[in-house]
Amino acid sequence: MIFSRALRRQPAFVDGMRDMLPQAPGIAAWGLMTGVAIIKSGMSLSESLAMTLLVFAGSSQLASLPLIIAGAPAWVILATGFCVNLRFVVFSLHLRPHLMHLPLAQRLAHGYFTADITYVLFTQRFHDPGHTADERRAQEAYLAGNGLVNWCSWVGSGLVGVALANFIPTAWGLGFAGILCLVGILCSLASTRLRLLAAAIAGVVGVAAYALPLKLNIVAAIAVAVLIALSAEKLRPAARSPA
Amino acid sequence: MTDLWTLAVIVGLALVTVLTRGFFLISSQPWSLPPWALRALQYAPIAALSAVVVPEVVMTQGELIDTWRDARLFAASAGAAWYFWRGGVLGTILAGMAVYLPLRVGLGW
Repeated sequence: MIFSRALRRQPAFVDGMRDMLPQAPGIAAWGLMTGVAIIKSGMSLSESLAMTLLVFAGSSQLASLPLIIAGAPAWVILATGFCVNLRFVVFSLHLRPHLMHLPLAQRLAHGYFTADITYVLFTQRFHDPGHTADERRAQEAYLAGNGLVNWCSWVGSGLVGVALANFIPTAWGLGFAGILCLVGILCSLASTRLRLLAAAIAGVVGVAAYALPLKLNIVAAIAVAVLIALSAEKLRPAARSPA
Repeated sequence: MTDLWTLAVIVGLALVTVLTRGFFLISSQPWSLPPWALRALQYAPIAALSAVVVPEVVMTQGELIDTWRDARLFAASAGAAWYFWRGGVLGTILAGMAVYLPLRVGLGW
């Protein structure tokens, strides 16, 4: 397991925890709002708890809510979650050389616990994979400690949000906080003109194709936006930019 | 009103988290995505978010809203403006809700 005693005894495990602590209040506030948004969306208590405890990915949690409530088919919900999470695919490519010496189950466990901030902090601190067994073990311990603090902060505050939201009137529409959270993540991704173009096209297609059954407007919007952005890249190679 | 379908979807979303965060950690063979797929990774996340968010802001009951007196329009704009002014997802939520709640609870927009 990635939280084995041997790893917890590593000084790097504590370093990882310490680097995450300043970020924990921000994560917790966001987790709190997500917990509120989940239960205010109309999901039952056990569904809200399951989502808060298991999914551990704020943007896919929030993006899936309107689809689950609308009764979209499972594959559309999962495909949307997958697309929203695609940035993690890029992260995993970056983490690969640091973790490939481990067995598959431990690699996947490390992947699961490595959300945005843990990825940023880990890659800032460790540019190269460890050369010796001790170095590799220290990196693994740092990643585990950092991810553990992040997970506790996110899940703990999410549970508090689920619990407290039950005492707030639905008429206030606090579930909209979840959409605002997605607005913030969307802005953070809008780092190039072509990404802005993709967002604009996807927004228009998402609305225009809203009448499609099964929430297929989301799938159509992603497909059209990606195709147009890739074509625009070819038209203007100078606009291409790194991740 | 808990149903097994929703719980199964939630478990599926957790597996999607594992799959995406561990995508390139699965195979021990050296491999990579084709170049077009790597480039699509640039645009798919923001497209997916936008496709979910925009209808939630500008539509009601499946129809485009025909009034500007809707708290969501002002709240989403305020949130985005905050992000580009100061940055941070938390500030975006707080700024947006600071606009949303008075309009919705106070004016009924």
